[in-house]
Order: sequence, then structure tokens, then C-alpha cells
Amino acid sequence: MSKILEIKDLTIHYVTDSEVVRAVNDISIELEEGESLGLVGETGAGKTTTALGVLGLVPNPPGKVISGEVIYKGQDLLKLSDAEMRKIRGREISMIFQDPMTALNPVLTVGDQIMEVVRLHQKVSKAEAMKRAMEMMEMVGIEGARCGEYPHQFSGGMKQRIVIAIALACNPNLLIADEPTTALDVTIQAQVLDLIDNLKKKFNTSMLLITHDLGVVAEVCDKVAIVYAGRIVEYGTLNHIYNNPHHPYTNGLFGSIPDFSHKAHRLNPIKGLMPDPSNLPEGCAFAERCPHVTDACRKKQPIAVEVEPGHFVRCLLHEKEVR
Amino acid sequence: MSNLLEVKNLKKYFKTNRGLLHAVDDVSFTIPRGKTLGIVGESGCGKSTLGRTVIHLHEKTSGQILFDGKDISDVDKHQLKALREDMQMIFQDPFSSLNPRMSVSQLIAEPLLIYKKCSGKELEQTVMQLMDTVGLAQRLYNSYPHELDGGRRQRIGIARALALSPKFIVCDEPVSALDVSIQAQIINLMQDLQEEHQLTYMFITHDMSVVRHISDDIMVMYLGMMVECCDSEEIFHNRFHPYTKALLDAVPIPQVREKKERRLIKGEITSPIHPGDECRFAKRCPYADQICFEKTPVSEEICPGHFVSCHHVREINHLQENK
Amino acid sequence: MEKEKQSTPVIHKKKNSQFRNILRRFMKNQTAVFGLVIIFLLVIFALFPSQLSHADYTVQDLANRYSGPSAEHWLGTDELGRDMYTRIVWGCRTSLTIGLASVAIACAIGVTLGTLAGYFGGVLDNVLMRIVDILMAVPNLLLGISIVAALGNSITVLVFAIALGNIAAFSRVTRSSVITVRDTEYVEAARATGASDGRIMWKYVLPNALAPIIVQVTTSLAGSILNISGLSFVGLGVPAPTPEWGSMLSNARTIMRDYPLQIMFPGIAIMLTVFAFNLFGDGLRDALDPRLKN
Repeated sequence: MSKILEIKDLTIHYVTDSEVVRAVNDISIELEEGESLGLVGETGAGKTTTALGVLGLVPNPPGKVISGEVIYKGQDLLKLSDAEMRKIRGREISMIFQDPMTALNPVLTVGDQIMEVVRLHQKVSKAEAMKRAMEMMEMVGIEGARCGEYPHQFSGGMKQRIVIAIALACNPNLLIADEPTTALDVTIQAQVLDLIDNLKKKFNTSMLLITHDLGVVAEVCDKVAIVYAGRIVEYGTLNHIYNNPHHPYTNGLFGSIPDFSHKAHRLNPIKGLMPDPSNLPEGCAFAERCPHVTDACRKKQPIAVEVEPGHFVRCLLHEKEVR
Repeated sequence: MSNLLEVKNLKKYFKTNRGLLHAVDDVSFTIPRGKTLGIVGESGCGKSTLGRTVIHLHEKTSGQILFDGKDISDVDKHQLKALREDMQMIFQDPFSSLNPRMSVSQLIAEPLLIYKKCSGKELEQTVMQLMDTVGLAQRLYNSYPHELDGGRRQRIGIARALALSPKFIVCDEPVSALDVSIQAQIINLMQDLQEEHQLTYMFITHDMSVVRHISDDIMVMYLGMMVECCDSEEIFHNRFHPYTKALLDAVPIPQVREKKERRLIKGEITSPIHPGDECRFAKRCPYADQICFEKTPVSEEICPGHFVSCHHVREINHLQENK
Repeated sequence: MEKEKQSTPVIHKKKNSQFRNILRRFMKNQTAVFGLVIIFLLVIFALFPSQLSHADYTVQDLANRYSGPSAEHWLGTDELGRDMYTRIVWGCRTSLTIGLASVAIACAIGVTLGTLAGYFGGVLDNVLMRIVDILMAVPNLLLGISIVAALGNSITVLVFAIALGNIAAFSRVTRSSVITVRDTEYVEAARATGASDGRIMWKYVLPNALAPIIVQVTTSLAGSILNISGLSFVGLGVPAPTPEWGSMLSNARTIMRDYPLQIMFPGIAIMLTVFAFNLFGDGLRDALDPRLKN
């Protein structure tokens, strides 16, 4: 296996006249070919900004990549020109957005929309592109004959399948999916997750899955990164995170989810709220909500330590243990 | 009478451009005093309409509603106003269910003013007390909802619902718009309030793990009809209806486990416009045969307290005829 | 139960704090305050025209027609040699009164109709909106002419005639705005709490439907002042010697080529008024919206 994507110390801020929103701080991720990584966090944790950063789509202004590298197949995407980046987007790396209702153009037929992507990146005739579009639709489980229909003629789940078909039309090496199933019902979500999983195996596509749902991650991911206030607080394999969580925030997240298999009388939520990313504390951002907080936590930013091979935790508690 | 709410054969049809929409069709259930009935189903199954019809936010098409032993199926304006004191509602989206032009104190005072419960100093004190009950800091007295996060806004919604000391609250997806850690805080709050004030809840949600956690009984709906209804523990161990099985199988579980083959149901939810005499799940049901397309199944008590509407429930689950 | 710690003592604010908040937000907005200052000056002119200019606006100086600005006549003279400055100051009273009064009446009636139609919908909506359609189908000028012709030529009738022409616009704007607010969840929440229709309309729907109505007020104000000139043109407006900006403007139109200053000064006066109300209206709209606090 070879590394397909490596994000090194990526920092993205949104700078306005009145404040600096530190959306992404020193995020580092590695993704092997054919692997999927789940980026898990709450609203405002900086998950989507990270994804936009990889694609060079951070709105500028006010967004600004402060530092870091995004290495895709040996080249730093952040150093590429707009034109070079456009060639990579859609063809090498594509993205699925959260809301299938707004991701499609309502006045174009779905067939045209798939074709457009194909013709943009591959030199093929119109007829060939149409054939490819129909193939893609069949692959996501919609009759190819329906390619002449408009988005409003499809249901929510089907629209999301079409979005997936568009994303996969050029056989990308890397798929970034931003909450791809959040807007869908559970039975449809299960269908779409299965579909993504199968297609991924078939084409050996790598995936960066952004979600707040730990259940979805458990279904489709190999690795997990837990993001809190723009930082990865814990990073490891599915097994590491789910069966041996170390960071108090990760533990808090699991305590907040009502257990599906046992009925508990009460939940153990994390108290308080996530700090405002425009006003992050000097020390650990989780300190105010942490049950194990010490004075040191408020002063010093913890570094990521490897508690077991491939399992990193950013917490002073574990920093000491390892040393 | 131990049942606070008794609903018999409730129907709610909407006239639409495409025909008569059977949003709630022949639904019956009871909720014992101080208990919680969870209503689950996917979008468009009529669960929200059911909740709104019960508290007369929509006028029913037919059926009977008994509340606290009184028949409240048909009420005039004055009776309705009196009734609303006992029946309140908590809304799904704390971002859109609060008037943006009102401050926190005005929002909470609103029900008290409408019912002329108190005024002046006393009103101020009652509002403060309510804020305290739902865990809102008093410094937020003059804040506006847009300045607060989702969790705090939902606390305002809960305070409003509690202001008139109702007996019964319809909770329409009260935590779906919140992040998991905040969601857990609100669920705990609602459970505490239920114990303290002997509240009866009708808890509408699409989230299976939340519903299991909070409900005493669960009713599963599909396209306006009741599919299965029983004790909340029972449904997680012995579910009989093919839709309930598929629904629960589709829920992604935050645990590392063997990738099991899930019984995925194919197809999508349609809308119940002019439904014929058939089982509404038949088109997606793996067990459907002739009779399912010819006759609407009626709800049967399969074992004590466990109701299922399915023609083939006994064959599918290898049950004996109970006569 | 996790309760937030009470970090600061209870801040006690009286009920009028809301008004003070609005005022504070308004005062922060410099352009809006500028608009308010102009309006204030216009009101001063309208109240004390004889102190601020000549007491008699009918004094003619036929030897000195169409003269340019001079020390004696600051803004020159008109076709009868009357002092332009005096007439503009006196005209402020007529134009502003008729403009504001007619817009106020149109706004009150139009907003009421629009709110009722939008909020209740159904038959009421249909009936009210068809009436409004009829009003709209008749050109404003024609409507004005027929009313003045029927009821006689006086300022009151004039105000009423111009107001009538503006009702349609107000009710349409209000109705469409009310319809979007009517379907929001917070209105449903208010209903679930037991609030009456009147309370919902007054405390929930109207405050949130206000923005386009305020914009309509400023547009209508300009239209109304110009409308008076239309009526004056056919001899049904303000009776002859009384100065009024709209009529001054339309009188000067014929000689625009030769004496452009004649049309410029009343034009500037109207423009300044509309501009001031525009700035003021925008500022008011923003100040009333607590979401735009910063």
C-alpha cells in the first residue's frame, strides 16, 4: 500500500476585521490507498474546512491557509496553481456534499450533469460520455434510461446516489464525503453506505468521510480522527478508538450516545459547550469541559503522543504516562 | 384512569394538488400517566402530523381523542385555549421555533402573559425560576436567541413548554438538530423534568437509540399507519413486523463488529396519496404476496401489549395462532 | 442536572430597555443618523417657513423672471419673478404634509389588509386581493382625478386620493412578507402556546414582516410627492399660488432647456427628502432587528 494523501500541520484561519476564527489548527492525517478515514467532530469543529482545504476551496477572503502541506501523490496541492488544481478536482479527488437537494442543478437533466463531469476531464465524444453516464447510473442502482429526467423527479436518496455517480464518474483516487447521509432516512442511509462501501472496494478508492455520527464511521471506516475545536485530539484505527479510547473528549462522545444494545437510566454527557473558535484558550481547548482537568492543561497545549502503535492522543494526561 | 391520553382511530387527511394525502390513517394508542410514548418512523410517515393533530394544531379528519378522561375530539376556541394549558409542545428546530424579535425573558414569559398567570415582579420571578429549572444562566435574561447555541435555545423551548405546568408535552424531534454532547444534556434534562413534574411525553423522533433510551412504549409508523407498537424493551428483542426489522437493522451502531449482512430493504418511501386497499409496506416488503396488495392489514395483539399490523406476522416469525 | 453557574449578578433591566436598545443601535448607524438630521431640518422648514424665508411667497417681480442665484434671490426666481428659495421653503410644508399623511394612511390601511389577507388566507385573501387588484388596475393619476373631481379640491381630499393609489402596493408587499412569516415554526409554536390570532399577528408576524414594508414607505413617499405634481398638472392639485415641489417641478419642465436651474432646485428638494427618508428607513429597519446587534 502506498500513501495517497498526507496532510501535514494544516492550519486554516478565517480572518475578518473584527476577529480571527481559528477553524483548523495543526491537523495532520495520513491516508493509504484504498483506505477510509473518518473525520469525526461536532458542529464547528473544523471538519468541513479541512476538506475544503484539501481541495483548495477555502473561500478566500476571509479564509486563509496559514501553514501546512497537503501532499497528494507526492505533490503539495497547496502550491499548485488554480488551473492545475482544477484538473485534480473532480478527476483525481472528488467531493460529495451534505445536501443532495442543493448539490444538483435543477434545470439540467441528471444525465447531462454526469456527462458534464466526464467531458470536462476526459476527451471523449458526446455519445461515449452519455454511455458512461448511463453506466454510472446503473452502478448506483438507478435505471440508465432515467438519465433524461430532472433532479426533482427523483427522491432524496436517489438524488444522493446521483451525486455519488457524479463524484465517481471519473474514477477518482480519493473521495471526500461531507456528511453524505445526514439528510437521509435510516433505511436509505443504509443503502447509500452500502453503495459507497461496495464502490470503494471495486475501484480501490480512498475516502475521507466527514461526519458527526460515530455509528456511520463504524460501518465504513478503517481509521478515525476525532476533531475538537480544529485539532485532532485522538487518531487511530477503528479498533483503537472504539475499543480503547484514551482522550476524555472521545470518552465523552461515547457516553453521550444512548446505547442501542442496552438501556441505561441516564446518559453521561460532556458538560458545557465547545469554545468559540475565534476565542480559543491558550491551553487545551477541552480543558473547561474535561473531568480530569489540571492546572497544567489550562496553560500548555498538549502534543500528540503515541499511546500504542498508530494510536495518537493529544492530552497531557497521557503525555505523562508515556514518558 | 391511568391513561392520560387515549387516541382512537385518528385520521388526518390533507388536500394536496395531487390528491388526498393520508398523513395519519386510523391510528390508535394510549399513553399512561407519567410515561413516554416514542413515535418513530422515517420522514413522511406522519409522525409529526400525528403529534400536531393530537394537540389540535391540525384539525383531525376523524377519530376520537380522550385526554384525562375527557373527550377532546371536538373543541371550540375557548375549550381549546383551556386545553393548551395542559398540552404543550417542544419543537424540533430551536433555530426556527423561537421568534427572533423576542428576548429570552420575553419568550419564556409569553405563555404566562397569554394566560394572564402573573405580571410585574411576580412574572419576572417566575421567568427566572423557569430559567433556573431548565439550566439557563440568569445573565441570559435579556439575550436574544440568535446569540445562543442550539442547546441553550432548546432549553428556552423547554422552559416555554413548562411555563404553564402542563400534564402532557408533545416533543417533536427535540434533539435532532443538536450535537451529540448537547443532545445528551437535553435528554437528561427532559428525563429529570419528567420525574419532577410527572410529565407525560409523546416523543417523536427518527433516532432509534434516542427513542429506546427515553421511551416506555414505542410505536413505529410507516406512511401514516401504525406498523408495530409495544414496550420499548420488547421491540429491541422481539420485533415482528418486517419494516421494524429492516428499520432497526439499518441503524448504524457505534461499535466495531463483524460486517454482517444486513437485511436492507429496497426502494424508497412513496407518499400516501390515495392509497388503495393494500399494505402500504408491500412494495418494499420481501415477504409480500397477493393478499398484501389486496387488503390493508389490521392491527393485532400478537402477545400481550404487542400490536402488529401485518398479514404474515405469524409465518414470518414462526408464531403460533393465539386462540 | 447541569446548571450553568451564575457568574454575574442578575442584570436588572426595565422594560423600556428594548426601546433604548433600538435607539442605541440606530445611533450607531451614521448614515441613518445623517438621514434623521436632514428630516429634522425639513421639519423645521415646514414648521417655520416665514421665519426662515420671506413671509409672502406670492411677491412677484416680473422684471426679474428666471434670474439665476444672487444675493437677493438665493436660488433665483421663477417664471413670475417669485423668489425660488421662499417657494421651496414654503413648499416643504405642503409637500411633506401631503406626502407623509397620504403614505401614513396608505400604510395603515394597506398593511392591515395585507396582514389579514396573508395571515388568514383562503376566501378572505381572495376577496381582499381582488379589491386590491381593482385598485391597481386603475392608474393612480386617473384615480386621483376622479376622486378630486367627485369630492372637490382640498388638501384633505388630495391626501386621501393619493393614499388610495398607494394602498395596493402596501397590501401586496405586506401580504407576501406575511405569508413567509406565517409558515415559520415560531408562529406555530405561538399557536401551540395558546396565543390568539391577534396576538400572533401583532407580536410575531408583523415585527418579522416589517423590513419590506419600511422600504415600501420610502418608495411610496417619493411617489406621492411626484403624484401631487401630476394632479397639479391637470389643475386638480394644490391650488395655484400655494407653492408645492411637485407642481414647481412640472411647471419648470417646459422650460427645462432654457432655464435648467428652474427644474434643479425643486428636484434637489424632492431628492433630498426621499434620500433622507431612505437612509432613515434603512437604519430603522436594521435597528429594529435584534439579530443585527453588532
